[in-house]
Amino acid sequence: MKLLKLALRNLLGARLRTWLNVIVLSFAFVTIIGLQGVYEGMNRQAMQAEIEAEYGGGQFWHPEYNPYDPLTLQEAHDSPPPEIQEMIHKGEATPILILQGTAYPQGRFYPVLLKGIDPGQKILNIPSFVLNDQEEEFPALIGTRMAESLKIKAGDKVTLRWRDVNGTFDAREATIVHVMRTTVQAIDQGQIWLPLEKLQQLAGMEKAATIVVVDKNIKNIPENAGWVLKDQKTLLRDIQELVKTKTVGSSILYIILMLLAMLAIFDTQVLSIWRRRKEIGTLMALGMTRWSVVKLFTLEGALHGILATLVGAIYGLPLLTLFARKGWGMPEAVDSYGFAIGERIYPIYSGGLILGTTLLVLIVTTIVSFLPSRRIAKMKPTEALRGKIQ
Amino acid sequence: MENNQLILTQKLTKIYPMGQHQLYALKEVDLSFGPGEFAGLVGPSGSGKTTFLNIVGSLDVPSQGQVEVLGRRIETLTHKEAAELRKKHIGFIFQTFNLLPVYTVFENVEFPLILLGLPSSERRQRVMEALEWVRLADRANSRPAQLSGGECQRVAIARAIVKKPALILADEPTANLDAENSHNILQIMARLNQELGITFIFATHDEKVIGYLKRKITLVDGRVTKDETYSSQPGMEGHREAS
Repeated sequence: MKLLKLALRNLLGARLRTWLNVIVLSFAFVTIIGLQGVYEGMNRQAMQAEIEAEYGGGQFWHPEYNPYDPLTLQEAHDSPPPEIQEMIHKGEATPILILQGTAYPQGRFYPVLLKGIDPGQKILNIPSFVLNDQEEEFPALIGTRMAESLKIKAGDKVTLRWRDVNGTFDAREATIVHVMRTTVQAIDQGQIWLPLEKLQQLAGMEKAATIVVVDKNIKNIPENAGWVLKDQKTLLRDIQELVKTKTVGSSILYIILMLLAMLAIFDTQVLSIWRRRKEIGTLMALGMTRWSVVKLFTLEGALHGILATLVGAIYGLPLLTLFARKGWGMPEAVDSYGFAIGERIYPIYSGGLILGTTLLVLIVTTIVSFLPSRRIAKMKPTEALRGKIQ
Repeated sequence: MENNQLILTQKLTKIYPMGQHQLYALKEVDLSFGPGEFAGLVGPSGSGKTTFLNIVGSLDVPSQGQVEVLGRRIETLTHKEAAELRKKHIGFIFQTFNLLPVYTVFENVEFPLILLGLPSSERRQRVMEALEWVRLADRANSRPAQLSGGECQRVAIARAIVKKPALILADEPTANLDAENSHNILQIMARLNQELGITFIFATHDEKVIGYLKRKITLVDGRVTKDETYSSQPGMEGHREAS
């Protein structure tokens, strides 16, 4: 308590020097929490978007289906087993037929995945209802990225070709009825969405599907329903791996910011010990032991962390709350980031993140303050009084 | 060792290694100081005055010989015990004042009492008493940078006396002061010695200080060459006889 009082008095007595350090440290502290919150929000938003637009609560895959091998698609379709049929009937799941195809926009050709989806489905966050267009014989839905790649827009016509159930090529002209804007690249790039029944009929694959997506709110999905069940966790594994990679990147930034802040503290401590060597001698002459002086200097350094937490809280709390509410606008270019990022990212500042960062800053500040302060323990009081340092 | 002595040194020797050679700062010094003395070690630079004060003040240890201060053998004390001795019983006054620059006058004088763990109310009372002694009560909230040299040294005196130590060691206390300020602080110290019975030991070569001493010990090359005691009161320079 006695040392704490003295340390606080020394720290506050140093006025501008202290406050400059505290402000630098608090800035690093708030930035670390701010950036980590953005990453956390971005990761959660990305996962949520993938669940809502692509994965649902899980998927049943046709036993032959392999999303990484387009050649399997020719065989990977069948009428779903009865238990899955029942879920579809109850509105707990929606079937999707996937065929390998080619689009011919303005004389060019472009390999695509043709995906048949029930226009009335409510399971996935895809505007499939536009495929109900009665005026068009073969309506098609694409995303903005696909529209960009094919250089087509809503109202344009594009020739599509595929192999039917017998392996015979067939083709039709489809009309783009809508260009959807989505953060999920996996339902956009290289995909053309068509009405399920029409695609089934044209391909001669009545009642067939490649995958069946289960509603995200269904808790107990039957595991032995006949097709391969890929639960939500399995489907999200790739994106989680990606998030992990991105987290390593953010951790590097985190470490750099911490290092900068700690360098300021370390520097201050080294300078302080050199500048105050006579004072150190005086403290010893007045009756402090060497280790008490080491503790005093360490405590002074550590108090920078505590003051930075308080100062950071004063401006950081309202600032971060504002960001969490209003979100951060993201430029279009972040589409290349690798996973679904919304136009605005809403940072998430969890208690764990704030407490963890605070604790980390305090512990690291204390260690960084202690390291140069150890030199005091080797000082002779007589030499310190003369302003010498060993 | 005799029990009625505050300080007793026997064959006190301090050697500093200087490369291949050894420098004898003190050579077999035998001295004793009783309670209430107002004594000074005088001699040229390098004669061992400061070294003697440092060892007696438990800031340093002898290379050879024995030193007893307030019944404690300096050469056997641990760092902690030495710090405890300084904290409770020894006050220091330095040539360069050595005030803590970020503290106010009050806080500087209060510092030793905080180390002693005294309660706040008692600290306040004792600090104000000490500041009254040095006539600086009205500057309690000033910082050292706002004070003159003489005032800084008076603060240092207040800081040394505030814990009511048995012994005050003053190393060249007037070296940075003009004549008027030197006499002022010497008169304060002489009064503290007479009225509170605090023992003062100076290291000095300033004639003004020497004029106030009751006892003058001359050191040359680490050896005591003369030890003179005066019958007259401090401050009566020019009117005293050596015994």
